[in-house]
Amino acid sequence: MSAFTLSCPMPMVARDHVSLGHGSGGKLSAELMRDVFLPAFRNQTLERLEDQATVMLGNTRIAMTTDSFVVKPLFFRGGDIGSLAVHGTVNDLAMGGATPLFLSVAFIIEEGFPMEMLRRITESLGRAASACGVQVITGDTKVVDKGSGDGVFINTTGLGVMPEGVYLSAGEARPGDAVILSGFIGDHGIAILAEREGLEFDSPVESDSAPLHTLVARMLQTTRAIRCLRDPTRGGVSSSLNEIAAQSGVGILLQEETIPVRDEVRGACEMLGLDPLYVANEGKLLAIVDAAAARELVSAMRQHPLGLEARRIGTVTESDPGWVTMRTTLGTTRIVDMLAGDQLPRIC
Amino acid sequence: MRYIDEYRDPKIAQALVDRIHARVTKPWVLMEICGGQTHTLMRYGIDELIPQNVELVHGPGCPVCVTPIEVVDKAVEIASRPDVIFVSYGDMLRVPGTRCDLFRVKAEGGDVRIAYSPMEAVKIAVHNPSKQVVFFGIGFETTAPANAMAVWKARELGLKNFSELVSHVLVPPAIRLLLNSPENRVQGFIAPGHVCTVMGYWEYKALVEEFHVPIVVGGFEPVDLLEAILMLVTQLEGGQAKAENQYGRTVDFQGNHPAQVIMEEVFEVADRKWRGIGAIPMSGLRLRPEFAAYDAEKIFGLEMLEAEESPECIAAQVLQGLKKPVDCAAFACRCTPEHPLGAPMVSTEGACAAYYQYRRHAASLKCIA
Repeated sequence: MSAFTLSCPMPMVARDHVSLGHGSGGKLSAELMRDVFLPAFRNQTLERLEDQATVMLGNTRIAMTTDSFVVKPLFFRGGDIGSLAVHGTVNDLAMGGATPLFLSVAFIIEEGFPMEMLRRITESLGRAASACGVQVITGDTKVVDKGSGDGVFINTTGLGVMPEGVYLSAGEARPGDAVILSGFIGDHGIAILAEREGLEFDSPVESDSAPLHTLVARMLQTTRAIRCLRDPTRGGVSSSLNEIAAQSGVGILLQEETIPVRDEVRGACEMLGLDPLYVANEGKLLAIVDAAAARELVSAMRQHPLGLEARRIGTVTESDPGWVTMRTTLGTTRIVDMLAGDQLPRIC
Repeated sequence: MRYIDEYRDPKIAQALVDRIHARVTKPWVLMEICGGQTHTLMRYGIDELIPQNVELVHGPGCPVCVTPIEVVDKAVEIASRPDVIFVSYGDMLRVPGTRCDLFRVKAEGGDVRIAYSPMEAVKIAVHNPSKQVVFFGIGFETTAPANAMAVWKARELGLKNFSELVSHVLVPPAIRLLLNSPENRVQGFIAPGHVCTVMGYWEYKALVEEFHVPIVVGGFEPVDLLEAILMLVTQLEGGQAKAENQYGRTVDFQGNHPAQVIMEEVFEVADRKWRGIGAIPMSGLRLRPEFAAYDAEKIFGLEMLEAEESPECIAAQVLQGLKKPVDCAAFACRCTPEHPLGAPMVSTEGACAAYYQYRRHAASLKCIA
């Protein structure tokens, strides 16, 4: 019997229908990209699989990205779908090193959605854009039948310009490089979950939703030895680092005790059976940098309000290419895997 | 963070590791019953820290893993009905049945919801009187009191649209089955701390005496497990067999009396099939006849479905501690969390998933597929 003639009745769950896991930023998302989207659109820029595309337009190198926002609840501690729609896209541009300039905004609104809420979301989006120094220069509105949407979905597309000589890529990590994290992880995911599930904490967790482009600008002023930047949104730190390890063909070794997690976030994760390494962030970044410049970079980041807790959390290795591993607090080593789909709250 | 940090403290852990090394002179095979304990052992690499001649094998204590495929099939069938809201603990949604899992039912338009507590399902029933709300009542003694309470509450509220699909299992009969097996290799057990929080550990006295096997109730943090291992090897090296409690911060001998009372009132002991192991007499719980109106199997009149397991899956041997997940030819090749062939790969607490998540690293090198 060949290894592939399975008489197994188990369904290939993920293959014939789209499941929520396909949008989780984990392995199923990567599968969807590889099997459905890339074959349809094939081109070199897309195939780099960065958070943003960079292309030459005349003599200017521009960066472009797009992101859709379907967060529920629409308003949460630390932000709302409007501000998030700005920060998410600005951050995707910033991770390429680009200076964000313009946004388009498209609303898909469900019939019957309260006008007052739409106004609040739009005002918040406008405020967030001004604060980032970007202009919303075009947009679109669609209204769908009651029941065909879920309140409101927002898509934003961002355009920015690339500074001279900046080429950041998830494929650029080299053995010996340092892995830097800008601050506490898991705040956004837990804030959303708390809101959704009615969880209460002594000191409530706020989403970390914030625009990172000024932090990135300061980092690039400090050193040009940065190879790659990523904002660990859905799928968390683990997914971003696994992508870097795979695209650069290197290993990444983390030190467990250096990874900063707030007590409230840890507590919520312990209770729900979640691992903060997989929980979403909306105002944090990971940097891969030449180890020689790591110390200087961390001190520069700590001068910025969004990098106060910046620290080195690991090292890029030649061994274990394609794997992210972690030295545990007990001195043993384990894999930090990319999840298949979303984390599921465990039974007991 | 209190009650966490001190139980993950590297210095305390190292001191325990040193004491285990000093104590062990002979090879021993120990089994942790609970999937949560397996998860901690793998996550912290505790098997790498203890002496090589102390072998840890992983027991059947993952509720998601041992839920029979036929029950998953019933859940899928009920959840697919348009008049039903099906409510479940999160990690049951990805368990493959014969046709599909509950995620697929959700993707196809079924109203499948995740809850952290069965009482949420009761609330959903109150707010949706035109729908039948069915809660997937599975698990060990840990979840049984809450699942019982939901049924009890539904009766108190006079709800006509709430029921449970019950497939509860009990730990002591499973330990007895393992010990009675002629293939048994296990010489000492780490009993599951959460189950014992509810049940106490008086039930293990009989097993300890009958089989002369030490059983230590253990917690879920690295220091808990190292301490439980130390207590077990101390007994084994001294030729003793006692029921002891490492997890004293939540477990006492008698357990949680009110929780046992509500379980007793709503459920009765019954034969149960365990996925990967087979039928074990008097090893589970079902609703008592006076709660038949809340029994989803009766309400929906489901036939006993026949289901087939993947012939390649060695879950049976893994769940009895006879083989390690990495001994399976399909491990990390044809069987992964994305495309599981058997239940221990599905739940994060399953032994195969724990190895996959933390250890496949070395194992996958042999995988040619």
